[in-house]
Amino acid sequence: MKFGIVSFPGSNGDYDAYQSAIEALHEDAVFLWHKDHDLQGSDVIILPGGFSYGDYLRAGAIARFSPIMREVVQHAERGGPVIGICNGFQIACEAGLLPGALLRNASLKFVCAPIGLRVENADTIFTSRYRQGQRILLPIAHGDGRYSADNETLDRLEGEGQVVFRYAPDPLEAQEAYNPNGSMRDIAGIINSAGNVLGLMPHPERAVDPLLGPADGLPLLESILQRVAV
Amino acid sequence: MSRYRVAVQIVPRRGLLDPQGKAVADALHTLGFGGVAEVHVGRHLVLDLEAKDEALARQQTREMCERLLANPVTEDFEIAEVSTR
Repeated sequence: MKFGIVSFPGSNGDYDAYQSAIEALHEDAVFLWHKDHDLQGSDVIILPGGFSYGDYLRAGAIARFSPIMREVVQHAERGGPVIGICNGFQIACEAGLLPGALLRNASLKFVCAPIGLRVENADTIFTSRYRQGQRILLPIAHGDGRYSADNETLDRLEGEGQVVFRYAPDPLEAQEAYNPNGSMRDIAGIINSAGNVLGLMPHPERAVDPLLGPADGLPLLESILQRVAV
Repeated sequence: MSRYRVAVQIVPRRGLLDPQGKAVADALHTLGFGGVAEVHVGRHLVLDLEAKDEALARQQTREMCERLLANPVTEDFEIAEVSTR
């Protein structure tokens, strides 16, 4: 399987995504320059984390007009898997691949920490290696992660099982501030209605090696391997 | 063709949590400006552009706001001023 990782000017999660595909999954991966128009035969596209175009105007607002996004959107429309991580989630929302928007953290602070999540839907191509309701720990690092959408959209996302990850308190200890950014309904990650585009603020690609901490991101990548037959 | 200067204001949609506006309001209260009820922090853009007439300049600006300058999910925009250059 070949992962195509888009490098925008200002991306900083592209190497992490590349390494996770090569080192943790032992699969093929290639960097895709934002000005190109060629996905180079990639099966899965990753829009990585970072600060594309310096977050000018709004996070992700300018990156969505990068030349390669035309091919990424076509890939998604054909049913090809796309994962938007952090800034990639913001770009996917701006590009209309996912509903809603990501706004400044309610605390106004950049938050960089491991965060507890609950897997809300383990029946997607991205989450089949998790258990439904499983609690996992993934790192976050963002200043604009407050997921927002109108109530109708939120109801639809919940009703259709499109809320995939939620910030969740540790059941063993009382945590008042378990939601790091004030996102609506504690949403951390969503999937589109067709089930092939995932956007999430946490960084699964930075949690794939037990040597470096929790490896709860690995099952996400393994799910794709298992479910997206190539 | 004429040259126009168009000023656009983009503000967070009312009703959505605006933490920046709240932080600024709190700071103003600390300074003694107790009469400030609410603050909303947005963006102010100034565009110099060429168009056939003012109506077209406004129409183009609206389109720019809808497609790029404002996020239709969370922001409202308003063309604050159009002047001839």
